[in-house]
Amino acid sequence: MPQLPIALWANSFVSWMSTHLAALFLVISGIIKGADSVFNTLFVDASWILMLAIFVLIALAVRGWSSAVATIMGGLLIQNMSLWTTTMSTLALVITSGIFALAVGIPLGIWAGQTERARTVIRPILDFMQTMPPFVYLIPAVLFFSLGAVPAVFATFVFAVPPVIRLTELGLRQVPSELVEAGEAFGATTGQLLVKIKLPQATPSILAGVNQTIMLALSMVVIAGMIGAGGLGGTVLQGISTLDAGLGFTGGLAVVLMAIYLDRMTERLGQGGLWISSVIGLLNKSPKTNTF
Amino acid sequence: MSAIIEAEHVTKVFGSPREASRALFMIGEGVARNLIRERTGCLVAVENVSLSVESGELFVLMGLSGSGKSTFLRCLNGIVNPTSGAVTIAGITLNARERGQLIGLRRQYLTMVFQQFGLLPHRTVRDNAGFGLEIQGKSSKEREPAVMDALDRVGLKAWANSYPHELSGGMQQRVGLARALATGAPVLLMDEPFSALDPLIRREMQDELLRLQRELGRSIVFVTHDLNEAMKLGDRIGIMREGALVQVGTSEEILSNPADQYVAQFVEDIDRSRALNAGAIMRDAGALLATMGPRQAVRRMRQVGLSSAFVVERDNRLLGILRVDRAVTAIGQGADSIRSLIDDIVLTASPDDAVVEVARGVATEKVPAAVIDEQRRLLGIVTWVDIVATISGLPLGDGDSSTSGGDS
Repeated sequence: MPQLPIALWANSFVSWMSTHLAALFLVISGIIKGADSVFNTLFVDASWILMLAIFVLIALAVRGWSSAVATIMGGLLIQNMSLWTTTMSTLALVITSGIFALAVGIPLGIWAGQTERARTVIRPILDFMQTMPPFVYLIPAVLFFSLGAVPAVFATFVFAVPPVIRLTELGLRQVPSELVEAGEAFGATTGQLLVKIKLPQATPSILAGVNQTIMLALSMVVIAGMIGAGGLGGTVLQGISTLDAGLGFTGGLAVVLMAIYLDRMTERLGQGGLWISSVIGLLNKSPKTNTF
Repeated sequence: MSAIIEAEHVTKVFGSPREASRALFMIGEGVARNLIRERTGCLVAVENVSLSVESGELFVLMGLSGSGKSTFLRCLNGIVNPTSGAVTIAGITLNARERGQLIGLRRQYLTMVFQQFGLLPHRTVRDNAGFGLEIQGKSSKEREPAVMDALDRVGLKAWANSYPHELSGGMQQRVGLARALATGAPVLLMDEPFSALDPLIRREMQDELLRLQRELGRSIVFVTHDLNEAMKLGDRIGIMREGALVQVGTSEEILSNPADQYVAQFVEDIDRSRALNAGAIMRDAGALLATMGPRQAVRRMRQVGLSSAFVVERDNRLLGILRVDRAVTAIGQGADSIRSLIDDIVLTASPDDAVVEVARGVATEKVPAAVIDEQRRLLGIVTWVDIVATISGLPLGDGDSSTSGGDS
């Protein structure tokens, strides 16, 4: 039986894209670079005390005193491990790719939730994206954008966008039929139904999607350290390549602290689930999680 | 009065378009519903229903679950698009392909109340009640008067700033009702609006609806599975079974003359003393004129075999009751008119009073009740015999006139 040249096809598809869509990638690259550098400037260049104060204030506002205290302790620990700057550049990458994922994912989710056809097109693509091992995305990302932050953001975007699409769609489809009927019965247009009835009802689900997308973005950004994204992924990678268990552990610990912080700050949005465990699972490291 | 809702041969088949048209053909051939389901996989929800609802009428659609009544109701505002047949609202025939027309029609003429209330949980009572007007593009300031008027009518003005979850079920449905009233649309579609409520609250809401209907005179199609509710509320009742309309009529017509075995079974369990009202079971009063002489009055009473009779003015206004013994005594004293002999303490009832309400008085006072309208005009009388005959399910209408009045 002759072998199907799937690997060959994939190769020629990727090389076709990198030659013919070079202009597009250049534009995307510019946008990503711009956004990332803005956040980098904000987070990395600002004094760590100022940044920590902001994080503590957010924790205080979103969850209360005990969270604020835990944030101070976690922040001091990261600073103490001399990983503050590295952590901030990882945060910049997470926020950059998270924003892109949400900006694309929520509208796609709305589209999928509104029409049957969009749903049948988007669904298998999402299944593909979610089950493909995340490392695989790194290869075309490098081919399109070479090394650095830009391919990292691109690969992270691809990896992190599915949950927000799925949960936005789910939220729209779960709106009680009586509410939709009520809107229709009073003469609402399709747009009014969406804005006045469906989206407000779907908000908790959409926000749960936001939480999960951000958590996935964090896990992927760490993996993207392998393609020179820097940040904590770089630290962990260095620990692996020099067999320095201590360095690997400190990098991993900083990731855990940041993951817990991001999860707690965003889960309140939609009462979303705990994604810490999956983040840790992806990192293939299992230090004990401290719950705040 | 003219028909504001007109449904002609409305059929709704759920299923893929190709199979549905096959099912439609099979309906035409007279194939049974479950056989169609077996062969095409299609559900025939509504089968060839034609009916018209007059302006200002409260029409009740009654049927068990799965009888297609809710689906038919949704055909009336186009939420469900009939597979065949036509629906005309206020002279405009619904066309699902013209979305603009459908939306305009819903905004202007139609409104709906839902079983589970269908309130938006993230909006206050005021914003829920104003939803229909908001959809029409009215600003919150423009809709305020209509919204507050509607909330006032259902007694929830004080709750305008509360959220639905802060209200009881009955109050939530009042909000649903206010939302429907606020748009001022002439047609109100109500899909089992009180079925989710406790029995006591349900009765309260039924009375409230009847009061609102007297005030506003909307055209209402009310869906229910409760025949008692249907009999209490409906000017006319349509009974649906397996998608088809099996009988349309007033509650009296349906009770006394069920169209088939199915309706008869329904009617068997009905509490007739509540379902029927005094106006439905009253008989001719055989009233005496106040200007009559006592001798003539006694002669009339002998003719019909009654021991007492109601006395009216020439314009039929009720004056009171004359007992035969007083009339006989008066003949001896040579009185020339019965006017002075009338006992003006009489038991009266409105034609809308349920039989059970009239029965209480007739049973304790041992006299027939005079059924009068708002101008005190005598419409008829209800005797103990009429009440017993009604409750025991005997045929209605004028009983044999030899039975004597309330003292039997």
